[in-house]
Amino acid sequence: MATITFDGIEVEVPDNSTILQAARKIGGSVVPPAMCYYEPLKGSGGKCRACLVKVTAGSAKDPRPMPKLVASCITPVQDGMIVENTLNEEVLKTRKGIVEFLLINHPLDCPICDQAGECDLQNFAFEHGTVAQRYEEERRTYDMVDIGPYIKLHMNRCILCYRCVYTADQLTNKRVHGVLNRGDHSEIGTYIANSIDNDFSGNVIDVCPVGALTDKTFRFKNRVWFTKPVDAHRDCPTCSGKVVLWYRGADVLRVTARKNAYNEVEEFICNTCRFDKKATSDWVIDGPRKIDQASVISQNQYAQNTVIPAFTKTVTEGYTEVNDTLPEHKQLAAKN
Amino acid sequence: MQLSNRSKKMVVKPMTLKERMYLPAIAAGLGITIKHFFRKKPTIRYPEVKREFSPVFRGLHVLKRDDLGRERCTACGLCAVACPAEAITMISAERKKGEEGLYREEKYAEVYEINMLRCIFCGLCEHACPKAAIYLQPDVMAPAFYSREEVIYGKDRLVENADKRANAGLDRVNGVRKLS
Repeated sequence: MATITFDGIEVEVPDNSTILQAARKIGGSVVPPAMCYYEPLKGSGGKCRACLVKVTAGSAKDPRPMPKLVASCITPVQDGMIVENTLNEEVLKTRKGIVEFLLINHPLDCPICDQAGECDLQNFAFEHGTVAQRYEEERRTYDMVDIGPYIKLHMNRCILCYRCVYTADQLTNKRVHGVLNRGDHSEIGTYIANSIDNDFSGNVIDVCPVGALTDKTFRFKNRVWFTKPVDAHRDCPTCSGKVVLWYRGADVLRVTARKNAYNEVEEFICNTCRFDKKATSDWVIDGPRKIDQASVISQNQYAQNTVIPAFTKTVTEGYTEVNDTLPEHKQLAAKN
Repeated sequence: MQLSNRSKKMVVKPMTLKERMYLPAIAAGLGITIKHFFRKKPTIRYPEVKREFSPVFRGLHVLKRDDLGRERCTACGLCAVACPAEAITMISAERKKGEEGLYREEKYAEVYEINMLRCIFCGLCEHACPKAAIYLQPDVMAPAFYSREEVIYGKDRLVENADKRANAGLDRVNGVRKLS
């Protein structure tokens, strides 16, 4: 076990875990954002630089600071490490720059994009970005591609996080898509118009942090925040069958896997569950899905279906009645 | 019972002869009435004469077209989520090949309805619109209605006429505010 100090909070984590995992153990607003790291996928992380943190002391044995900001998702912890995230000006300033870099080629088509409302990049830019952009050059553009009957690829929106590549590698036995070319010319593709028809291929839609890979059966059907998420399950021979149904009225518009607080899929689901079972009679309803109160999806939800943010809880729990017997309070009362 | 010493004491005196005759009071009252005959009348005779609108007046909605006559609305749903009265509903559709002259973006509103009974003309939809598509016109009022079906405005009545442009959103070109 190693004990590290993250943003002034001590936390004990197993050896070989990363700084990001330690931060997630604390939870709340100190957790660095992650655009490419995806806990269920092995080898992911280290690409988007969104999770950069400052290590002010490397370890108890060697307390020198690390010279540069490090990516917290791939840097292992060491006993006695001191890490700064939200407390460090340099980190916050760098993160603004990272947003600007990620948005260089990302089109501003959120009004059209089906991911809007549950998009990691939208949240990241909203929390850490600046309003204006300085980039004046032509953006790289690609045509939309249909990969398979269910998935649409908008290469314009891709931020090259490699999550979908890892998903295909680790969930399926034969990957047919990958990243072609290098540097600024990199693109996700199947090289020769190939279609992805593996039984678990639909999961690339869920892991995509932006709207680059979208569900064709949900395409332009409705905005995410007008649909109501409901937990449901069914006996599926190929997957766990635990999903979220997104309702509009009585219709199931979309089926997705269940995601945790960091937008990571808990259990991957198969294409049959995702694309073919779109009737309420196919499912056993477990109850409404809890949605973060700060999310736009919590619009028109009942209060008990929303998750109240952590800071509100700490404020209400930390509230104490004013003790009038204390001398300083008596003085205050006398003044008023 | 005296509650405070601020109350006024009423003294009722008997009326004098002049007061009891009432005639001077009647003449004074008539004088006021006759004076008003020659004053400027504040009444606006509505159908013939129309009152000038305030420059920030928010009237009937319009869905604008861009310079090339294409519909600006992409059915992003931000107006509907911003609407405090939940008056706006829409169904989106994908633009097909050959419809590029009709709709500006690859997605458009197939159905766009505003319930004018619900609408409170707050203008939040106009603020929320990222494409500068919806405006509350500064010079057109929502007309009176005779049946409830009339109050639900569809695209047939909301989208502006390509030949006769609405007098709203003129400070914006293709959704971007013109710098003055």
